Amino acid sequence: MSGALGKDLLGLEHLSGDQIRLILDTAEPFKEVSERAIKKVPALRGKTIVNLFFEASTRTRISFEFAEKRLSADTVNVAASGSSVVKGETLVDTARNLEAMRIDMVVMRHGSSGAAKFLADRIVSSVINAGDGKHEHPTQGLLDLLTIRDHRPIAGTKVCIVGDVLHSRVARSNIWGLLKLGAEVAVCGPASLLPLGIEALGVQVFRRVEEAIAWADVINVLRLQLERMQTGYIPSVREYYRVFGVTMERLERAPRDLLIMHPGPMNRGVEIDSRVADGPHSVILNQVTNGVAVRMAVLYLLAGGKPELAEAAKGASDR
Amino acid sequence: MPPSERQLLLDERAFARTLHRMALDILRQTPDPVPLVLVGIQRRGVELAVRLAALLAKETGAEVPRGALDITLYRDDLEVVGPRPLVGPTHLPVDLDGRVAWIVDDVLFTGRTVRAALDELADFGRPARIGLAVLVDRGGRELPVQADVVGERVPTSPGDKVEVFVKELDGRDAVEVVRGGGRP
Amino acid sequence: MKPILLRGARVLDPANGRDEVADLLLEGGLVKGIGRALGTPDGATVLEGKGLVAAPGFVDLHAHLREPGREDVETIATGARAAAAGGFSAVCAMPNTDPVTDNQAAVGFIVRQAGLAGFARVYPIGAVSVGQKGEQLAEFGELVAAGAVAVSDDGRPVATAHLMRTALEYARTFDIPVIDHCEDVTLSHGGAMHEGVTSTRLGLKGIPRSSEDVIVARDIALAALTGGHVHFAHVSTAGAVALIREAKTRGLRVTAEVTPHHFTLTDAACEGYDTNAKMNPPLREAGDLAALRGALADGTIDCIATDHAPHHYDAKEAEFDNAPFGVVGLETALGLALTELVEPGTLTLAQLVDRMAARPAAIAHLPGGALRPGGPADVVVFDPGQEWTVDPSRFFSKSRNTPFAGRRLRGAVRWTIVGGKVVHTAGDRPDAPDRSGR
Repeated sequence: MSGALGKDLLGLEHLSGDQIRLILDTAEPFKEVSERAIKKVPALRGKTIVNLFFEASTRTRISFEFAEKRLSADTVNVAASGSSVVKGETLVDTARNLEAMRIDMVVMRHGSSGAAKFLADRIVSSVINAGDGKHEHPTQGLLDLLTIRDHRPIAGTKVCIVGDVLHSRVARSNIWGLLKLGAEVAVCGPASLLPLGIEALGVQVFRRVEEAIAWADVINVLRLQLERMQTGYIPSVREYYRVFGVTMERLERAPRDLLIMHPGPMNRGVEIDSRVADGPHSVILNQVTNGVAVRMAVLYLLAGGKPELAEAAKGASDR
Repeated sequence: MPPSERQLLLDERAFARTLHRMALDILRQTPDPVPLVLVGIQRRGVELAVRLAALLAKETGAEVPRGALDITLYRDDLEVVGPRPLVGPTHLPVDLDGRVAWIVDDVLFTGRTVRAALDELADFGRPARIGLAVLVDRGGRELPVQADVVGERVPTSPGDKVEVFVKELDGRDAVEVVRGGGRP
Repeated sequence: MKPILLRGARVLDPANGRDEVADLLLEGGLVKGIGRALGTPDGATVLEGKGLVAAPGFVDLHAHLREPGREDVETIATGARAAAAGGFSAVCAMPNTDPVTDNQAAVGFIVRQAGLAGFARVYPIGAVSVGQKGEQLAEFGELVAAGAVAVSDDGRPVATAHLMRTALEYARTFDIPVIDHCEDVTLSHGGAMHEGVTSTRLGLKGIPRSSEDVIVARDIALAALTGGHVHFAHVSTAGAVALIREAKTRGLRVTAEVTPHHFTLTDAACEGYDTNAKMNPPLREAGDLAALRGALADGTIDCIATDHAPHHYDAKEAEFDNAPFGVVGLETALGLALTELVEPGTLTLAQLVDRMAARPAAIAHLPGGALRPGGPADVVVFDPGQEWTVDPSRFFSKSRNTPFAGRRLRGAVRWTIVGGKVVHTAGDRPDAPDRSGR
């Protein structure tokens, strides 16, 4: 459909570096829109967007909703608890029903990897992946990139993702995005929470968080799902914090100033020390602010546009 | 289709003369002592607004605030042309309320850009009056929009192009008309 | 029943060391003669076999025919018809139906349904444990008396080492193999595909190779302990191949099968979340694929079995995590084997017939698997050079879940003959009224 990104945003793995840079560059002016007294532009006026959340996610949904409203789109939120999904409707039927309602875009969060592609293959509307299982969470990856770029050029920057990489869609999107923009990427965590063959993606592996901190310019701390203990991946929260926690004491021994990121919501005292989260190196709230700008950019770039008319329209535009 | 033909509409000297005349025109149409603000439309309107602000400052002896407006998000043709890269930020240095805001652009054609700019300005405040100053009016309006201050008028066909060059971006000041489409 | 004379085909019967152009006369449900100038009995149907290969009908040790319980996706009749279309004259039906084939009546039902359908022969496999629950041994004696030819808890592994031990010991009484689906479910739990770089990229939970290797090693130790016959279903890993090879050098009674999809595809087929590439055990990597082909060639893996597992299209039209495991395989097995194994020279044509007919028949002590005068007239006649394109809409199976749609294959069945009766002819269409059926 629209040329720059294609019909959908399903992940960063299959985007080019130029496409990712286009999104980040487009996000810059959108940061300013959110600073205006009237935080609204009419770019997506008349567009209908459904936020389809099969998993609870307050902050991602709110961020998307702000982005949509600031672009003047009409939005409908569908949460799993109130939807027909719990009544046994399949994703295929959900897709067909959405399509029948003539919507323009779907923002979907789903517990199964590949669910966003599944939906995108079956509907004409654009699909934005707001997190599919353990696969990707592209807008989180993009907002992390934008946040790093606010502070330093991404190319050549050393970024270490610390924590439960195995179950993390945020980690995967970050890895693809960072590699495509020329960063050096590492992961660190208990081996039971690092996926087999992760090195093949082009990342280094650190077994100890101290080594990761000594190496990195940026530490992206992942949330530890507390259910990982029950499923036997780690012995206890206390032990995790003692061995892998990003603490002030560990950061003080870092050879250089680090940026500390966290996709949220944080477990203070589990994967991250409160003093680090609230400290001078933390850009965690900048990430939240950038989330809205990046999502506006993605929505804007995916919206509308019929390439075959674009050429004709150029002559009729205002020059 | 006949080969396109390039005509020089304004050379560097004529360009400077025209801008000066426009500055005086703006001053004449702005009742004293209402404060002014010039708002250039991205891309070349911004540079023209800078020039005009300097000329006005010389005439009046007072600083004239100026801003920049990117109207991309206010276009009415997203469906048709697809999203375009945003060319630049919107930046307004002062509160618009009670001022005379002059929209400055290089070329006035269909009027759609001006329509979008009016919408966008309305989201930023309520000026006492909004004026429109353009370097070239090439005709061909699709909306009922007229400029208050016009540097040069030139009749054109839809297939023609009017190209404005400014020193800051292009290394020279000039306006050229490229006669293209061969359509009447 | 009219006699059949197949004239001038290349008769390939590795069990008897035969590979020659000859005539084949079938009469009264038996092979009457093999040779030249056999003469044409009165009223005989003459089939022109020039340029074709005639071999003992193929035997599939591993198919899920879904009846009783899921007649919407396959029945014994449609499964047996699909088998015939694939050149199989006999197919063994796994017991994970609803209800489970864990008693005499259930086995008898399958035998009866297969008799009524009259395409490929269907041999029931009984459950190892009651309800396949992994607790109490099923009554093997009753199962065998009713017609079961092996026992298995397929769909899942034989749950515990103790149960496997007692099953192997008890099965010796009846001289039947215990077929095990080797999977340590504590390692594979929640997995949807092979654990490797692809699963990491796709964000799907992986099933490690070790999940299979651990149980293969367990079963080999128990085969050594008990002297029982373990047959390893759908071997998928290089590690399992090495373990089985070593067990065979020790003279243990272990046999093994591999499926066409495991010797053809790797986990790359899961790319794009294609649920038709979701099977258990999962598609592995190139190294495993090479090991499986090598093991078929050197006899470590005895035979090819389809693990034909029909599913409704609705079930596969789902998120990868939520889609069921399994693919249909009866109608593509021969084409894949010829294209993937014989064409590149991994197996000779005679070895392929051995792996698809003689060996599987021997493992389950079935009649057939060979062509000898006085033996059953179960014959497949195929054109090894004929190219065709897999078109699931032309399957006789009720289900279409194959990852091979659109694939060009070389080698197609011309006739399948069971008990001296032609039950499939090339060009038969699933929607046309069947000419067979007793």
